[in-house]
This record gives sequence, C-alpha cells and structure tokens, in this order.
Amino acid sequence: MQRLKSRAGGRIGWYVILVGLILAIFTQSAGAVLTIEITKGLEHGLPIAIVPFSWSGPGTVPQDVSGVIRADLARSGRFDVLPQKDFLSTPHANREVVFKDWRLIKAEALVIGSVSAVPGGGYRVQFRLYDVFKEKQLAGYRYVVTAGQLRTVAHQISDIIYQALTGVPGAFNTRIAYITRTGGVHHPVFRLQVADSDGYDPRTILRSPQPLMSPRWSPGGRRLAYVSFERGHSVVYVQNVDTGQRWRVADFPGINSAPAWSPGGRRLALALSPNGHPEIYVMVLRTGAVRQLTDDSAINTEPSWSPHGHYIVFTSDRSGSPQIFRMTADGGDVTRLTFEGSYNAAPSYSPDGRMITLITERHGKFHAAILHLRDSALQILTDTSLDESPTFAPNGQMILYATIVNGRGVLATVSVDGNVRQLIRTSRGDVREPAWSPYNHQLQVN
Amino acid sequence: MKNRLVVPLLTVIALSLAACGGHQAVKPSSSSSGQSASSGQGAETSGAGQNGGAAGNALGAGQQSEAQLVRTVHFAFNSSHIDSTNRAIVESNAAYMNANPQVTVVLQGNTDERGTREYNLALGERRAQSVKRMMRVLGVATDRMKTVSFGAEKPVALGHNRAAWRLNRRVDFVYSGN
Repeated sequence: MQRLKSRAGGRIGWYVILVGLILAIFTQSAGAVLTIEITKGLEHGLPIAIVPFSWSGPGTVPQDVSGVIRADLARSGRFDVLPQKDFLSTPHANREVVFKDWRLIKAEALVIGSVSAVPGGGYRVQFRLYDVFKEKQLAGYRYVVTAGQLRTVAHQISDIIYQALTGVPGAFNTRIAYITRTGGVHHPVFRLQVADSDGYDPRTILRSPQPLMSPRWSPGGRRLAYVSFERGHSVVYVQNVDTGQRWRVADFPGINSAPAWSPGGRRLALALSPNGHPEIYVMVLRTGAVRQLTDDSAINTEPSWSPHGHYIVFTSDRSGSPQIFRMTADGGDVTRLTFEGSYNAAPSYSPDGRMITLITERHGKFHAAILHLRDSALQILTDTSLDESPTFAPNGQMILYATIVNGRGVLATVSVDGNVRQLIRTSRGDVREPAWSPYNHQLQVN
Repeated sequence: MKNRLVVPLLTVIALSLAACGGHQAVKPSSSSSGQSASSGQGAETSGAGQNGGAAGNALGAGQQSEAQLVRTVHFAFNSSHIDSTNRAIVESNAAYMNANPQVTVVLQGNTDERGTREYNLALGERRAQSVKRMMRVLGVATDRMKTVSFGAEKPVALGHNRAAWRLNRRVDFVYSGN
C-alpha cells in the first residue's frame, strides 16, 4: 500500500509498500449470491461523488472497484451518493480535478481513482478522497494486488473514506457468518456460510442434514464456534475458517450450546445441562476444563462477554420470564438488567461496552432492540415481528440480525439509532443466525 | 415405501386381533404420530380406528397398543407445563412402556420458532425433562428414558403462523427395542 501525498504537499511521493494479504481458503464455494435492499435510509447523508475508476489494461476490468465502494457507502446510510449523470467532469488523476465542478453539484466529498494491469501480473489500484470545499486531499493510497483481492481493496478503501468523513472506523472489510436452511421438513440441508460483509462471495464451510446453530467468531476472526446436531444431539465445535480443521469442544450429557468467546479467545462461555437444567459454564479451550457459573433450576443461557471480559450477560427465566442478567466473569454479583416486557433474550455487548443488543417481545412480536446500560433505556429498532440473533458490527455503528420477510428467513441490518435499515437476501433458502466478524484480514503493511 | 410395510403389518395385526378379540377396522393409524409405527416386531398390535387420535381409550396398562399410541405431547408458548389432555397422552405412553419392559424411549423436546434459538434449545430440554419427570412418577425407570432437545430447529410445520407454532411446540416419544 502506498500513501498518495496531496498536491498541497508539493511533489507526489510514493512509498512502495507491498501488500500482504492472506486470502481465506474455504472448503467449498456456494453459488448463492446475496442481494441488498435498502428498506429505510437517511435523507440527509453527506453528499459524496464517486467517479467511476478508469481502467487501463487488456480486456475489461475484473472487478468494478468504484462500484463496490459506491454500494458500501450507500448501504451505510451515512452518505448521499450522487448520481453519475450529474457529473460535469470525470477526473481520474489528481491534476484533472476541478473543484468548482463538484461544488456546483453540491458534492462535499469527491473520490477518484484508477485500476491498471501491472506488467507481469496483478493490478494497481489507486484512489484519492477530497474535501471539495477546502479543496484538500483527505486520503490517497495505492495498492498492488491480485484479481482475487480487488473486492477486499475496494472494501478497505470504503473503510478509509468512511473513517475520514465520519471519524468512525468503517466495517466494510469484514465478514459475516450465518446458517442457511434449504429443503422441506423431511430432508433439510443446513449450511454454515461465510461471506463478505456485503453478502458477496458466500462460501459454505460446513454442510449437514442435521441442524447447525450459533456461529460465533473468535476475537481474531480466524475461528468459528458453533453448534451441530450431526451426532444426534447438540455438540459445540470450534472450526478454523481458513483450513476447515475443527475440534469437538463440548459434548456433555444434555444440551451443549450458546458458545461465546472470551475477549482473549482462550475461553468459551457455554450453556450446558449435565444436571438437567441449562447453566452457564466457562471452558478453558486449551485444557477443556469447565467451571459452572450459575446454579439454579431455571434456564440460564446465551452468555455474552463484555468487551474487557469483566462481565458476562446472559438470559435467565429465574424470575419467571426470560430476562437479561449480568454477572462478573467468575459468576458473582448477579444483577437483573431488563424489566420492560415479558421476553428479553439473546444479549450481546456493543464493542464499547455501553450498550447491549437483544431481542424483546412486544404484543407477540419479537424485535431487535438496544439496551443502553447508562440509563437502562430499552430502544426497539425494528418493526418486523420475528427478529433473532442480533450482533453488533465491529465498529458499533450497525446491528446485524435475522428476521422473517414474506415467509422467508433473511438477514437485515439496522443502524444503532434505528434510522437506516436494509435487508440482505440470499437467492434461496432460509438465512438465520448471523454473526459479524471482528476486524480481520486487513491489508498488511510490511 | 409405507405400503410395503403395511402388508406384513396387516398379517401381524390380523393375528393379534384374533388373539385379543379386537373388532375395529384393520388399518394403520391415520394420526400423524401413528405413522412412525413402522416396526411390527413384538408389538401388541390392534387396529386403530380411522379417527385414530383416541389416546384416552387406552389408559389401562398392558392394553395400550403401539399403533394407537399418540407419541407427541404439545405445550403452550414458553411453557413446559403438561395440561390434562397431554397428561393423558403421557400416561398412555407410560402404560405402554410399563407393559413392554424391553422398550426404551428418547424424549425429543421442540419449540416453535418464536423467541431466540438458544433459549428455545433450553426450553426444548426443559419440556423433555418435564415429560421424563412425569413418566418417572408413572413408574418408568429413568434409565429407559433419554432426553434430547432440538429447540426450534426441527419443526414439523414450516409456516410462520399460529397453526404451525402449535404443532411445533412438542415433545416426541421415539421408541426403540419395540
């Protein structure tokens, strides 16, 4: 990756840095392509013009890099991506930018760039982001990558633009995991899939005729914990996403469920029921040693660690209905957190630890919601009725969840203020139980 | 495939009908739970009437036929309480097991899709345990019963409506050794 200096900085200096990116190797590629639908958007996003990147090389460009960036930024709900037909000029290089052209169409930010084939293989991608009113470059980088890395570069450019303009890191260059179910009652097929955060490039990393549940990314984003019924009952596995190698980590009598990684990735909180009633346990992965944290005759499940590992929140019906409780990571100091509604479950901490996303029931409908820990305010985010499995984006700006639309399981995202909602549909089957990866697979500077 | 099973089954049924003097129409049960009665080996069979759902006519231990046995009990939302109708079904299954000491059962707990999947997995376990407890009180040894929960993952009805939810909130009795 090279930083492109602004023209205000005098001559353009190029730092030659090689891109090192380990591409994920998956066991199987799935044909299903996800499409995105924006169901609700911000009306006053930041106006941004993204000029289609130029291409120089033989044939056609293998990936529409600027198209991916445009879609990313539009989907975030934070931007008003201006239509190309209004553009007065189409600059691709620094010297071709005329800021007046962009002020006239009320663009506040401008993105230009180019993709070119490198002799001997690979592609050079460069882009620059400008503040139109200050006539100033805000960011500019050059990358040399393979064809297979062009989408990743596009998402990383989106992340840079998002952070430069909003002050918050972008989460476009991340992945999502989820479960799909196809087939009827008698011969269902379950798949654990991993895709880019925009739903593209879905890969199946596990396929089973028996149910799969509860995928959870390890803090480093390299492993997934999940529940599989392939042995006839629930068993917790941990699988390396890149190699496909996996370990059976919890197969006790009763249910083996709800894996939740500790922030350091060394321990898993689990819901196990060796004594007939589900309790929260913590397992040290290296040794397999388990320690029981809760002990009553109620249901205790769905543990989630606070970002620094001090607390575990969980669902319990010890007070008569499912509610959210918090305890210290050694099982002490149990506090009930939810009091509104008769069904609150599936808690998951925000990356900053200030909020918990959960499912709450109102009038027979189950909504994704946010509990603000500072004042215990519970904010319902959706108007759909069968929401489940809410999970924060690693930048804390969006929540990914599953719901039913037109009789089908789909993934959806909603901004934490509830203002921007979108659906992510697959081409077939029911999609459920999404999990958003932590930041991973960043292009390495080396 | 079902028809292939019917012919040998009918023979067994006819023989045992003669033995116990049954007089009902000879027909495999049309109730959904009866469809899983695929094995005729060692079963005390008698004909199930076409209206097939009458678990209540067979409370007496030893008289409970395998074909007649209703093998599913249902629950209210987020509940593991067994109401009187479903209690009668548990009783007939306990009677069946007490009359057939070689038989073992897996109690499979299930929920509808509403709520969260992991809580539902726990709820399915609680439902299976609830049935197991009642079976134990009715004289069935605990080492003949296993429980497993599938939560919301194995619905018998795929709709997203009350009718489907009602069918999916259930514990299924899955026998072996019979």
